[in-house]
Amino acid sequence: MEKLKILEGRRGQVFEKGKDAFKLNCGVKSTSGAVSQRACVFCGSRVVLYPITDALHLVHGPIGCAAYTWDIRGSMSSGPVINRHSFSTDLREIDVIYGGAEKLYKAASQLIDKHKPEAAFIYSTCIVGLIGDDVEAVCKKLSEEKKIPVINVDSAGFKGTKKDGYKAACESIAKLVGTGDISMIAPYSINILGEFNLAGEAWIIKDYYTRMGVNVNAVITGDGRVADLKRAHGAALNVVQCAGSMTYLAEIMKKKYNIPFIRVSYFGLDDMTSALYDVAAFFEKNPEINERAGMVVKDEMDAIMPGLLRYRKALSGKKAALYVGGAFKAFSLIKALRVLGMDVVLAGSQTGNKEDYEDLKKICDDGAIIIDDANPQELSRYITEKKADVLIGGVKERPIAYKIGIGFCDHNHERKIPLAGYAGMLNFAGEVYSSVMSPVWKLVLRNDTFGQKRSRP
Amino acid sequence: MKTKEAPAAVTNACKLCSPLGAVLAFKGIEGAVCILHGSQGCATYIRRYMISHYKEPLDVASSSFSEDTAIFGGSFTLMQGLDNLIKQYRPALIGVATTCLSETIGDDAGRILHDYKKERAGQGLPVLIKVSTAAYKGTHADGFVSAVRETVEALAKKGTKNDSVNIFPGMLSPEDLRNIKETAEVFGLRYTLFPDYSETLDAGQWGGYELLPPGGTPLEALTDTANAAVTIELGNSAGQGETAGKYLQKEFGVKRASLPVPIGVKATDLFMEELEKAAGKQIPDKYLKERGRLIDSYVDGHKYVFGVKAAVFGEEDLVVSMAAFLDEIGMIPSVCASGAPAGKLENLLREAIPDFDAKEITVLEDADFELIEQAVKKISPKIMIGSSKGYKISRKLNIPLVRCGFPVHDRAGGARIAHVLYKGSQQLFDRIVNKLLEDAQENSAAGFSYM
Ligand code: SF4
Ligand code: SF4
Repeated sequence: MEKLKILEGRRGQVFEKGKDAFKLNCGVKSTSGAVSQRACVFCGSRVVLYPITDALHLVHGPIGCAAYTWDIRGSMSSGPVINRHSFSTDLREIDVIYGGAEKLYKAASQLIDKHKPEAAFIYSTCIVGLIGDDVEAVCKKLSEEKKIPVINVDSAGFKGTKKDGYKAACESIAKLVGTGDISMIAPYSINILGEFNLAGEAWIIKDYYTRMGVNVNAVITGDGRVADLKRAHGAALNVVQCAGSMTYLAEIMKKKYNIPFIRVSYFGLDDMTSALYDVAAFFEKNPEINERAGMVVKDEMDAIMPGLLRYRKALSGKKAALYVGGAFKAFSLIKALRVLGMDVVLAGSQTGNKEDYEDLKKICDDGAIIIDDANPQELSRYITEKKADVLIGGVKERPIAYKIGIGFCDHNHERKIPLAGYAGMLNFAGEVYSSVMSPVWKLVLRNDTFGQKRSRP
Repeated sequence: MKTKEAPAAVTNACKLCSPLGAVLAFKGIEGAVCILHGSQGCATYIRRYMISHYKEPLDVASSSFSEDTAIFGGSFTLMQGLDNLIKQYRPALIGVATTCLSETIGDDAGRILHDYKKERAGQGLPVLIKVSTAAYKGTHADGFVSAVRETVEALAKKGTKNDSVNIFPGMLSPEDLRNIKETAEVFGLRYTLFPDYSETLDAGQWGGYELLPPGGTPLEALTDTANAAVTIELGNSAGQGETAGKYLQKEFGVKRASLPVPIGVKATDLFMEELEKAAGKQIPDKYLKERGRLIDSYVDGHKYVFGVKAAVFGEEDLVVSMAAFLDEIGMIPSVCASGAPAGKLENLLREAIPDFDAKEITVLEDADFELIEQAVKKISPKIMIGSSKGYKISRKLNIPLVRCGFPVHDRAGGARIAHVLYKGSQQLFDRIVNKLLEDAQENSAAGFSYM
């Protein structure tokens, strides 16, 4: 692998298995000028909190942050949809000069009266972090006046990375947990943390657990309700799906309410199955749960296997590249792709940590590229070099794949098709299949020597 | 009819922030790349937003502010960012757009660029252009106009006078830009279209990844804008503030023609007349035929559109020109809304639409989609015309939506929507008529298969 073109500041963030031995440098902020695929602290808190459907989400700042994120998530609701509006204080020059706290108070007050939410989250973005509005005081005043929790989410974009936003979100949720009545909660109850009900995925998962005889007390935050969050401390176990974002909340709840947690993933057959059996193992006092878990697994596997094998036949030996938000998702995807007989030639994430990348190195094959916080140049280059047939990523990665003439499969938080669970695995296989096998790739010129074909006239 | 003072909160904004407009303008320069001076999120969100419309790669760098940067200033990080961009992209030009954050901490990006050039003197730097785009001072449309002006101010140099035409089209679609270029060519004109993202944001397959997508206005052409015979500036609102065309007029005596966006017969006629003047010859037959077909289609469809109320929303330029077009075909632009700050829209509409008062047009300035929804509900237009962000209202109130302008996030081909000149207007007209017919057909008890 020729490393010349990687920016100085990023050399330690690209690793080729079997060739390099260094520890991957990660968890650092993006290099200036590097065209990172990452967003900001606000992004992190928003992705976690926005699926709470009966809360008001008010973005305090100039219009951009709110406008660009209006309804971009695929999180579904079975009831209220206040979260699908984009509310902003739309700060103007005069507010920036004289402070925006008063405007915030007015805006939040009007919106709460109009939409009658169960709680309100106020996201302080960059400018607010800078001009120093006393958002905390406004929240306190509003909480008292409106008799609902009004929570300041400290999410100024420049104060860290997306991960700090996750943390801010966890802290906000933690303020709600413990304030509700838990007397009616069934004994075999779990909370699912870090499952956002994209395309209805939480409903699929909830159904499995229910069939096992396990009650899902709160999904945090998919199809979320403020009342569920308030009661979350009544569950016996926290099941953490998106580890990157929600382990922190699980730790808080462990410390405060002594609720143990396990980490699971709902992507791919192996991980999904473990996610059910691990919960059953926790409730070992009731062996029936384990038995029923076995039945769920069998029924679900039987239903999808024939379809899956058909896809596998077509996809065997094809190569995939992954670039996802969190590294934990990458593991599940690698395993899922192996089930389809595919090789992963590149695995990267925006926000992986040291342990994640060590684990990734272990599970990847020799020759695979592991990459932290990549940019279009690096992605396109390695995808081309490694001759991937499909890239799995998010909206910003899609045109990169298409322009270099390979398939693309969306595994971002905007997806419209559920990819979690057994049915989700079949959908995923179908997605990959239609991405890779389309005849259009025969019409496309694919160039294997990166950047050589044509230079700017 | 004026609206009352807007509430403190904005619900579903009908505007975007100014750096987005600057990014779009810089995408129309050959070999250019853009960096936003501020936090990472702004650049990524703007990229993501634009990618969803154009469905093309769109590399935008950020100077990635951290807490320290926000306190101590962004000079180091911006310089580092420029170094990295130059190393990676080898661009001919870098557009530096500020964000709210860098503006608020009082970072003087112009000064930083000045120092940078001094420090790196003799290293063959790309052209560096700075544009101030604090979002709290304006919308994406303002960012666009500023970037165009700043670029021209930085590059235009006096040389030999010639007979070429500068065309500054405003925020049109790549398809529109291609149509304008083709027209200028058929007229046999020597011309500079700026910005020209007709290829950079709507390209064919590349084979390999192009860090600097082919296409865009060449730098030499921008330099030469000072020596052109005339500048044609499209868009009514552009006529209000400082524009590139006004600058060229003032500094280099380049004549300036300020025209509306050429949607519809009358507005396109004005544009064609300017081209006739510049080329010193009559309009080519091709366009007379297109004009004929456009009017013929008006005649064929007039009954379906006459007196039909419409709601139009988006950038001021688009809203004004679209409203004038609707007026021309006998429709009534009953709701005209823009997220742009209050003050201009109503006057522009008054100029564009004769007997404005008699038409009872509700003008919404500084509007969000909540305000637009209220107006639409009250007036019950039969059709909505604007970006796909109007879909929520369209779905809720069961009023069909004709997607145009920017952004179109929920359909394919946003970059290929035609709005301007005879041919583009024709397509627009057909889409509007067909939407109305489709709606009537769907809602008729028996359905029908003849018109
Ligand atoms: S409004 Fe300002 S801070 Fe927000 S995204 Fe736009 S430039 Fe960035
Ligand atoms: S202004 Fe700050 S919080 Fe908002 S998008 Fe930009 S980086 Fe994120």
